[in-house]
Amino acid sequence: MKKYEKIIEAFLLICATVATLSVFLITFFIFKEGLPILKEYGIIHFVFGKTWSPTNGSYGAFPMIMGSISVTLGALIIGVPMGISCAVFLAEIAPKSIVKIFKPAIELLAGIPSVVYGFFGLAILVPLIRMHILPIIQKFNGEAYTSGYSILAGAMILAVMILPTIVNISENAIRSVPIEYKQGSLALGATQFETIIKVILPAAKSGIITSVVLGMGRAVGETMAVILVTGNMPKVPGSVLDSVSTLTGTIAMEMGYATPTHQKALFATGVILFVFIMLLNVSATWTMKRLGGE
Amino acid sequence: MSNYMKMRVRNLNLFYGDFQALMDINMNIMENKVTALIGPSGCGKSTYLRTLNRMNDLIDHVKINGQILLDGIDIYSDQCDLIDLRKSVGMVFQKPNPFPKTIYENIVYGPKIHGIKEKSRLDEIVEKSLRGAAIWDEVKDRLDKPALGLSGGQQQRICIARCLAVEPDVILMDEPTSALDPISTLKVENLMDELKKDYTIVVVTHNMQQAGRVSDYTSFFLNGEIIETDLTENIFSNPNDKRTEDYITGRFG
Amino acid sequence: MAVNTKVYIENWMRGKGKKKINIKEKMALTWIYLVAVLTILALLSIVGYVLLNGVKHINLDFFMQEPKSMGRKGGIFSIIVGTIYLTLVSIAIATPIGVASAIYLTEYAKENKLVKVIRFGTETLAGIPSIIFGLFGFVFFVIFLKLRWSILSGGLTLALMILPTLIRATEEAIKTVPQSYREGSFALGATKWQTIVKVVLPSSTSGILTGLILGIGRAVGETAAVMLTAGSSLGVPKSIFDPARTMSVHLYLLASEGLSKEKTFATASVLIIFVLCINFIANMIANKYIKNTKAIS
Repeated sequence: MKKYEKIIEAFLLICATVATLSVFLITFFIFKEGLPILKEYGIIHFVFGKTWSPTNGSYGAFPMIMGSISVTLGALIIGVPMGISCAVFLAEIAPKSIVKIFKPAIELLAGIPSVVYGFFGLAILVPLIRMHILPIIQKFNGEAYTSGYSILAGAMILAVMILPTIVNISENAIRSVPIEYKQGSLALGATQFETIIKVILPAAKSGIITSVVLGMGRAVGETMAVILVTGNMPKVPGSVLDSVSTLTGTIAMEMGYATPTHQKALFATGVILFVFIMLLNVSATWTMKRLGGE
Repeated sequence: MSNYMKMRVRNLNLFYGDFQALMDINMNIMENKVTALIGPSGCGKSTYLRTLNRMNDLIDHVKINGQILLDGIDIYSDQCDLIDLRKSVGMVFQKPNPFPKTIYENIVYGPKIHGIKEKSRLDEIVEKSLRGAAIWDEVKDRLDKPALGLSGGQQQRICIARCLAVEPDVILMDEPTSALDPISTLKVENLMDELKKDYTIVVVTHNMQQAGRVSDYTSFFLNGEIIETDLTENIFSNPNDKRTEDYITGRFG
Repeated sequence: MAVNTKVYIENWMRGKGKKKINIKEKMALTWIYLVAVLTILALLSIVGYVLLNGVKHINLDFFMQEPKSMGRKGGIFSIIVGTIYLTLVSIAIATPIGVASAIYLTEYAKENKLVKVIRFGTETLAGIPSIIFGLFGFVFFVIFLKLRWSILSGGLTLALMILPTLIRATEEAIKTVPQSYREGSFALGATKWQTIVKVVLPSSTSGILTGLILGIGRAVGETAAVMLTAGSSLGVPKSIFDPARTMSVHLYLLASEGLSKEKTFATASVLIIFVLCINFIANMIANKYIKNTKAIS
């Protein structure tokens, strides 16, 4: 009997290591494929090279890095205030009946496949920007031009996509603020709003920061939505109305027809993306622990 | 009945990490008798009870030394199989904890895992155990109903029946009536009186009157030590130790 | 306290509170309500726009016919088959591993280095973006293991992607099983494994099921990783060694190549309806589960 139990335990342990093993495998293979070209081409050269032209054998990933960063920043600028506001709404303001409708809606947002978001952006946002937002901007700056495929479109779509991450984690953080804090503040004559701003949000800081970092990770790593709306031009952008190519988008678009060297270059792009995401995830975990979240 | 010592505990010490929860416990548990463990909360009586069928093995950082002999075999030695031990030393918990299954499935759970498969045999065990736990008449028509639908007192007797179904020698009861109303309590107490004909019972109780009513022997625990063990009538009428007297007369609360 | 707060908020919203209910407060509240409405609006417009334009093109033929001329005409039969095939393969691989991992982590693991590494690894796996999974699946399953672009390659890649979701959901479910059930079972002389199989797992089925359904949702919705590992063949797959195209990949290719507006909307609608069902079922199970646990405690 004992032996039998030991065998089962060993089997379960093996299963439990599958996830971790695959992380190692993934890391190993991505680096194995990507590192040679980084070495050959020079990391600095690869990261800061401004021309991405696989057909001419020139692999500078800087435009894509800037593309990813600008789209992500845009998404955060729109998404973070919205997400935190929604979290406050759910945790502190909305009556239970509204929360009951709102939460599944947020879940649904999280469940919609990214390619559907992308399709929506392509069908609605891109023309909207081209036909309605551009004329407004042109009133201030006559030379402005956009095809609609732009950082702005990508940022708007991504903002909605990262909402669930930010709302859920922030809401949990806000809800776990001890009621005593709130009582204390209200008892001192503070208004609900003052209590939220001065007591609750600071107390929920670590959770909120974590939610933003994870949202950022999602935005950087997102592929399909971005690919359909940003235009995929590997150029360093000058304004939010410019088309850009992102790290993820480039990999997905070009993998299908890449020559061997080009493929390696795409893996090198993957290495940069991977390192970036890992740094984000580690810092999210770190914030959680450091600032004493749940 | 005999004066056979079913279980013998010798110099038992138990540590939670650095904290010593039980100190040098010695006790003889007599066959076919009810032994009550009394003492203030946190005195170690429940911890002690759980050492008797090694339920403390579930908790990390617990270290035990000393000996507990069941029919002469040390239950913490390699000679003793943990599963066999728990088969022969059953346990009833403070809060009734039937599984979220039907009454019937609750009772046959033990026999089934110990390899009994024939339906007729299982039916027999169910009836016998439920009768043994004095609840057969109340549930015989609803054996296929969820056990969680019963009242607290009935649930506790189902748990006792579930324990009987494995045919143990010793039954450990950890404050078996603390979650029950007075009428259910009375039923369980009467049951204990019945059960001791066939089983050896060790019961932890907070309720002094209960200890007086149901037990043959009583041990008084204080801060992880046994202050004294004696026949119940002696403990209640004429304790040897001042601290026992203080507790019994209510000065410890 | 709760009552006081509620009264307070009511006063606040009506503007009846005393001195400090000023314009700033009102603006803040308006902003928050505005954002909340906007969020719901975003959801409604995405779902509504796609369904309004797509549902009318969905009919039996759309499901039963194979796509013709790259998807410009015909239906999505082979794509549905491919999607189901791929999802089943990934679930079949991920479920046993995921449930076993969760059992190990909740019931067996002691807090040692190895377990910390396992937990960290599982969390990390959850954070890896799908395109990286795609790259890995491509170089490892497709090239290195020579499985080529196939349902098996795609299924294995997807299985890794949904593994963390499954592990987490199962862990959560197992954690809610009262300790008293386990003690009750152990006290009857059941072994650990018997206790897990007969008491712990049956009490956590709905949680595991929810995880499974969310996993299916993720598998069906995934595009980038699938495209790089299962290919985008339009034929009906005959075995797990054949390549296949899933609905998400089909939608992407239709949308990016502008092949047919009608078919694009129809495909997107099918995807959305599927996601709605998935969410509905997951919620139903979760609600039933909450009711059950309430009845127990």
